[in-house]
Amino acid sequence: MGVKQFKGQAVSWQVQGGVIELALHRDPCNELGSLSLSELERFASALDELEKEAHALIVFSEVKSGFCAGADLRELYEQSQAMEKLQAARGVRDFLERIHRVLNRIDAAPLTTIAAVHGVTFGGGFELALVCDLIIADKMARFCFPELRLGLIPGFGGIPRLKRDLGNAVVRDLLLTGRSFNATKGQQIGLVSQIVGEGEALRAARATAAQIGKFDRETAVAAKRFIKPIPIEELRKEIDIFCELFSRPAVQAGLKKFVESTDAQPYLP
Amino acid sequence: METAEKTLDEILTLAAAHFKVPRASLSPDEDFFKALGIDSLQTLDLLTKLENHFRVELPDYELQGVTDFRTLAAKIQTRL
Repeated sequence: MGVKQFKGQAVSWQVQGGVIELALHRDPCNELGSLSLSELERFASALDELEKEAHALIVFSEVKSGFCAGADLRELYEQSQAMEKLQAARGVRDFLERIHRVLNRIDAAPLTTIAAVHGVTFGGGFELALVCDLIIADKMARFCFPELRLGLIPGFGGIPRLKRDLGNAVVRDLLLTGRSFNATKGQQIGLVSQIVGEGEALRAARATAAQIGKFDRETAVAAKRFIKPIPIEELRKEIDIFCELFSRPAVQAGLKKFVESTDAQPYLP
Repeated sequence: METAEKTLDEILTLAAAHFKVPRASLSPDEDFFKALGIDSLQTLDLLTKLENHFRVELPDYELQGVTDFRTLAAKIQTRL
């Protein structure tokens, strides 16, 4: 397998008919930890080559429960417990810097990017979807920024990208209440481009990518560059705030509670 | 406006169909986590299914601690 095709433990990709398909497939719900990150970094590096023969990118999940449940909190907790406080803080900053590089690369890619989502699209998973130009949602998709319950803010670029796309009042609602919401609400607030029936998101994303393929590529790239700036300064600020908050004992307590929870609803804030 | 009993009946029918359990095996005061054998991710599925069916928003924090179908129906009823 080369750059154009890759089958990893957490993600895989291939190019077909000018469309890159990036599949997430790590049980239980594509939690983003060190393994996923290293494979996503590999994908980001491969993009230079992949872009030469593609006009679109579709990101989707092969896992039944959803698109992505966000950061791997179990790994985050275990690693932070195994390290000195200062070392853990450095580790978190390093992880965030790396994932931001990957997401910024996808965000700015000279491709039309589509997140085809279903089920749980929480935290870092929601942030991954927000990187894409379009979100096509299965009617069973559910979005959430639950970070505040852990004493944190979203750390993978969520707030700056939500602010880019939505009104500030909506951003405050989603962030400060931490409530989850469905695809219909997502479309009402202007986040979701299309809602489709159960199991139809990938098909609809492929149809959309095929339509986009009819347009002049240079024009599409110019339009995207014009309309979708990368909020670099705010993304940098987000990393700083996240790291500041992460060093507090309340966060460790929140992570411990989550990891050890036998609550039937641990995904609900 | 739907009556509380009709709402409850629709929840039971919907949950039975979605999680493929016999409708007759579900009773209103039963713990739905146990009755449906669902985990936290599937609970979110149920929430979405109910929101789509009743065309309401159900903030998940309002449902924390709710474990039986009857109380769930009462919560939905306040949003209809």
